[in-house]
Amino acid sequence: MEPMAGGWMSAAHSMGTTILAVEYDEGVILGADSRTTTGVYVANRASDKITQLTDNVYICRSGSAADTQVVSDYVRYFLNQHTIQLGKEATVKTAANLVKELAYQNKSFLQAGMIVAGWDKYDGGSVYGIPLGGTLLRLPFSSGGSGSSYLYGFLDQAWRPNMSKDEAERFVVKSIALAIARDGASGGVVRTVTVNAHGVERNFFAGDKLPLFHEEISPGRNPLLA
Amino acid sequence: MSTIGTGYDLSVTTFSPDGRVFQIEYATKAVDNSGTVVGVRCKDGVVLGVEKLISSKMLLEGSNRRIHAINRHAGMALAGLAADGRQIVTRARTEAANYLSFYGEDVPIKELSNRVAHYSHLCTLYWWLRPFGSSSIIGGYDIDGPQLYTIDPSGVAYRYYGAAIGKGRQAAKTEIEKLRLAQMTCREGVMAVAKIIYGVHDESKDKSFELEMSWVCDESKREHQRIPSDLLMEAKAMARDAQEDDLDAF
Repeated sequence: MEPMAGGWMSAAHSMGTTILAVEYDEGVILGADSRTTTGVYVANRASDKITQLTDNVYICRSGSAADTQVVSDYVRYFLNQHTIQLGKEATVKTAANLVKELAYQNKSFLQAGMIVAGWDKYDGGSVYGIPLGGTLLRLPFSSGGSGSSYLYGFLDQAWRPNMSKDEAERFVVKSIALAIARDGASGGVVRTVTVNAHGVERNFFAGDKLPLFHEEISPGRNPLLA
Repeated sequence: MSTIGTGYDLSVTTFSPDGRVFQIEYATKAVDNSGTVVGVRCKDGVVLGVEKLISSKMLLEGSNRRIHAINRHAGMALAGLAADGRQIVTRARTEAANYLSFYGEDVPIKELSNRVAHYSHLCTLYWWLRPFGSSSIIGGYDIDGPQLYTIDPSGVAYRYYGAAIGKGRQAAKTEIEKLRLAQMTCREGVMAVAKIIYGVHDESKDKSFELEMSWVCDESKREHQRIPSDLLMEAKAMARDAQEDDLDAF
């Protein structure tokens, strides 16, 4: 296969990606891989695709890195003003609606698949999927990015309502690991963000912490060395 | 009425030496000369009532509405120039619809009142506009409970337990202060408001009036609606009897 003779250096940054967000008994857990590519070159193997919008709402980004960064920045700005005017923290529904508005009204310019998730006192933990065209759909769990294609069957079978925090985190990490195993555009580490009434917790799972599946070689054992 | 602000009252963009904007005060006079409007916040909702003065016997009953719905959960009762009031209602409806479209949630009543106040105030800043000759009482029920706000021509919004505007406001406020609103349900509030409006109506000065009322409460499933006709008839009957009782005291 011919390499893209120098073209990879100037190609737009794309987040091949696997992103995921699930509701669990006390809130939500967001998860993502960490691979950003320009063509076939891995521009960043440890990127953070889970971005903060407010104290209690986060967004998973997939598609064009630039597009999703700009959308996140705009929404963070609007929510900041909205919170001040409202006098209390914004709801996840409002944050999701603002992202949807930008995604839908600019659909011909953007390539952004996003998942907004967080916790507020009115609806508890909520997950909103906002795919390419600008649809807004609240779901108990939502996945996105190129790696998500390999997860539909698994998620349908394995997701259960009201999981505990540990169960849900293991579920998210296992899902992303499965996608990384099959999708070339997803890889690196797995990052998770847990949002509930008590606050926010970030977690990080490096290669050696990820579960192994069919025919995968365990890391840290190089067969070429003695 | 004699002009008190000679020279300084010709434009809304002129202050008087003692720091007043006379045009706004004159606009408020238009409100003070109109039929009384009363609003009370009870423990489970808000009740609005209007003393709709009837200028002609040929008017169809129920026409010339003074209470308007802004969205499902908020209503607005108007005093002052009717046409000015209509403009404010249209603006409030647009603001509520835009908020829902942009933020995905019903506009909080506080935010709605602030926007109406902002709009009223806007019209006091330019020489080519005149202030609205209309005050409104907004009654709504949102996630923070039932709330009552008043917006006057100067563009200030105040939040109240009980409010009255229009010609009978002084007497109405006295009556409202006697009520124990925090313990009252909206059903009781309807009776009280009807009684107050019948009470402040001046038979000698004004010909006749029609009572128009609305509420937004738990019983109406937090939706703004006209008082159900059976309850309205009951309230009117009770209020009429109460008036006769007072007359009998002589």
